[in-house]
Amino acid sequence: MTDTAMEAAGLGKRFGRRKGWALRACTFRLPAGRVCAVVGPNGAGKSTLLAHAAGLLRPTEGTLTVLGTSPAAARERMAYVAQDKPLHPQLTVEDTLRLGRELNPRRWDAAVAERVVADGALDPDVKIHALSGGQRTRVALALALGKRPELLLLDEPMADLDPLARHELMGTLMADAAENGTTVVMSSHVVAELEGSCDHVLLVGAGQVRLAGPLDDLLAAHTLITGPAADLDDHTVIESRTTGRQTTALIRPGGRLTGTWRSTTPTLEELVLAHLRSPEAPPLHLDDTVEAAV
Amino acid sequence: MVEYRIDRRTGVATYLQIVQQTKQAMRLGLLEPGDKLPTAREVVEATAINPNTVLKAYRELEREGLVEARRGLGTFVRKSLGAAPADSPFGAELGDWAVRAREAGLERDDVAALFTSVLDTYFKGEQG
Repeated sequence: MTDTAMEAAGLGKRFGRRKGWALRACTFRLPAGRVCAVVGPNGAGKSTLLAHAAGLLRPTEGTLTVLGTSPAAARERMAYVAQDKPLHPQLTVEDTLRLGRELNPRRWDAAVAERVVADGALDPDVKIHALSGGQRTRVALALALGKRPELLLLDEPMADLDPLARHELMGTLMADAAENGTTVVMSSHVVAELEGSCDHVLLVGAGQVRLAGPLDDLLAAHTLITGPAADLDDHTVIESRTTGRQTTALIRPGGRLTGTWRSTTPTLEELVLAHLRSPEAPPLHLDDTVEAAV
Repeated sequence: MVEYRIDRRTGVATYLQIVQQTKQAMRLGLLEPGDKLPTAREVVEATAINPNTVLKAYRELEREGLVEARRGLGTFVRKSLGAAPADSPFGAELGDWAVRAREAGLERDDVAALFTSVLDTYFKGEQG
């Protein structure tokens, strides 16, 4: 196993000459064994990024490697679940799993796939078209996990699920990550639901990587402050609002905070929202080499 | 066995919630020396939190000498915490006292306030 799950260098993608860049100058490294959230607004480039990793799109410029090699060469070792979860509607659940086994003869783990389906109390004889959105997601996830991937790419996996199904499927995913050390990369525009589950973040905005790094380090690099309006020139101000005499700001401290500020560490959601509201804020990339021994 | 309940709105770091709930279970005698903590897999399957968070909590408990990880077997409680499990004579006395307080007309908040003030008097300077 390689210690890097995904690495991009100057990755850019343009669909046709007339259109603008869907991704531009994306550079980041994702260590193996992480649960990475790819967050950002709709149309930011999250799906385009995941499709490159899955080997479905070719970069216009720059490179993207997965598991130490090209996406095409790593295809057997990764699984990709697209946003619309394409499954054959006329097949039954059982047939779908058999298809998974036939298509992945060397890697298929029937026990894993069957457990994911059984946890959802799905009838194996029901056809895919008769399933609810959540049940279909469960089957797609069973197909992906049955492949025993080293890298699991999920594009908006929770979008059409109710809160209970989200919690259950996230639990299933985390259990797989705990047991097999699977690297999970999942995109979402609902940030709050990922907060407890991910430990690495890529924030994509307007085709650029705005924030990249271990979640705890990214949060620790920022401070949410409230206090009397004052000079913040020593710090990198991401967003600042002044109401009357009071200022609320999200900053990257550039030294000791002087004055009478009340400061707290932001949540992931506060961090992401502040960056999305301030497109001109400088990007921040934090590498994690320190925790590699975990 | 202990079951963790993660509250995402408290502002308390998730790993600390696991540490605190484990200690609480040890104090109440729900976890005794030799008992096995749930595996990371079991915890994350039930709570949907990140596996590294559970491992971080267990490392912290290990660092404090409360549990030990045995390779391939799991994480086990090493010692008992506190001398007053729920079924000790102290627990029974406190129960009797609570019954008398209720019969005397005290409400739950009155009792809690009274108990806290007694704690503050006799356990001065000790962190809660």
